[in-house]
Amino acid sequence: MTPPPPRPGDRAAPPRRRPLIVGAWLWVGAPLAYGLYELVHKARQLFTG
Amino acid sequence: MRPPVAPPGWSRWLVPPAALSVHLSIGQAYAWSVFKPPLESALDLSGTQSALPFQLGIVMLGLSAAFGGTLVERNGPRWAMSVALVCFTSGFLLAALGAETRQYWLIVFGYGFVGGIGLGIGYISPVSTLIKWFPDRPGMATGIAIMGFGGGALIASPWSARMLETFGADSSGIALAFLVHGLSYAVFMALGVVLVRVPGPSPGPGAGAEGTAEAPGGPGVPAASGTGPQVSARQAVRTPQFWCLWVVLCMNVTAGIGILEKAAPMITDFFADTSTPVSASAAAGFVALLSAANMAGRIGWSSASDLVGRKNVYRLYLGAGALMYLLIALFGDQSKPLFVVCALILLSFYGGGFATVPAYLKDLFGTYQVGAIHGRLLTAWSLAGVLGPLIVNWVADRQEDAGKHGPGLYGVSLSIMIGLLVVGFVANELIRPVHPRHHVRASKEPADDATASPAR
Repeated sequence: MTPPPPRPGDRAAPPRRRPLIVGAWLWVGAPLAYGLYELVHKARQLFTG
Repeated sequence: MRPPVAPPGWSRWLVPPAALSVHLSIGQAYAWSVFKPPLESALDLSGTQSALPFQLGIVMLGLSAAFGGTLVERNGPRWAMSVALVCFTSGFLLAALGAETRQYWLIVFGYGFVGGIGLGIGYISPVSTLIKWFPDRPGMATGIAIMGFGGGALIASPWSARMLETFGADSSGIALAFLVHGLSYAVFMALGVVLVRVPGPSPGPGAGAEGTAEAPGGPGVPAASGTGPQVSARQAVRTPQFWCLWVVLCMNVTAGIGILEKAAPMITDFFADTSTPVSASAAAGFVALLSAANMAGRIGWSSASDLVGRKNVYRLYLGAGALMYLLIALFGDQSKPLFVVCALILLSFYGGGFATVPAYLKDLFGTYQVGAIHGRLLTAWSLAGVLGPLIVNWVADRQEDAGKHGPGLYGVSLSIMIGLLVVGFVANELIRPVHPRHHVRASKEPADDATASPAR
């Protein structure tokens, strides 16, 4: 069964775009999370160093 | 190159990651300091010499954004991201060749000149497109992208350091690190080139805050659409509004750099004579925390500007910023938490100032050539990048010569920063809607920015 076409005014993205959206955000989110992890690790030195 | 128009059903939430893939990459520029010590020992360079690639890169960022903005508007975001990808990664590859052959001029030329063009074109490449996709939330949209520029250094700094540890800090190790950087960033930025789309001509995808583009992909690009004021880049620089905003950005950035530049020695000096002195590692932690505040300010304050208005949020940056500097000057040495909190707020305002300015430009000049106008405005950043460190370092040196120490080293600098923020505050108050004689007179299509609000 094919999904119904998106109606004008639909707030959510059409289902076929969701994997692409998730993949794109993971692509940029993963390295950013690594950078934030390293940052938090270093920032803790202010309170422990 | 024809700008890539979104097909029916394209989600506007694909555009921020496209923008982030570019900004997270070019933000690496602020992690250049990782390469300085190895370069100095491997190629026998002075500290001033090893800073040259970064300094040239920042100069080229300002110049290419200012002069390339119109080309970016004309050719679209995919062209701009492609140019940014090619220049930024070629810069690394040339630098790798320079390090391997021990030709330092090639590192300066590659990373600084060629890579710097990539920085400038990349920085402005998604701005106009994001504003067109998110006319209801332009501050949030550009805040996400410009937050990425701050985030780029957070990623690159530990990543580059680990790479140098693995490959070695000699010229061959540095060359290999540059090579891996160039290739990795080429792959990472390719996502932006592939994903970025401009909204179809009608109806605007964000006009009703819908998440998808319903318009069939057509040849038209809504570059000149909009019901609000539409001003060309050439005309914008002839308005007092542009120059007032230029002063606002310059003052806000100068004041932020004032604290960024000397953050570690500043917190150490402020508490040197107290019962709880600050160690070197704690000072490093403080600098890291400032980076987090800088990044959070970019997305947080910029998003808030969609609710409270651009003029009001700059009142906060400049007015409350001056108050924070005053608190540091008066009571900073008496309370470490107060010092840290004030500095964090100041850095969040610094980041917020960068991220909110594209939306402010959109309110004043419309979406017509907002990317090109933004590029021209970034010359304020170039000046502030020189002015801020110059003031703080020069004043601190003079105070040291005068026999002062501890917080006394920074009293004059802090007063100057307060003065600069007051100048910026006044400039912001002088900003009024642009006179209709500056507006573009060509007939326009129905708005894709129908929800645009005037500067408040």
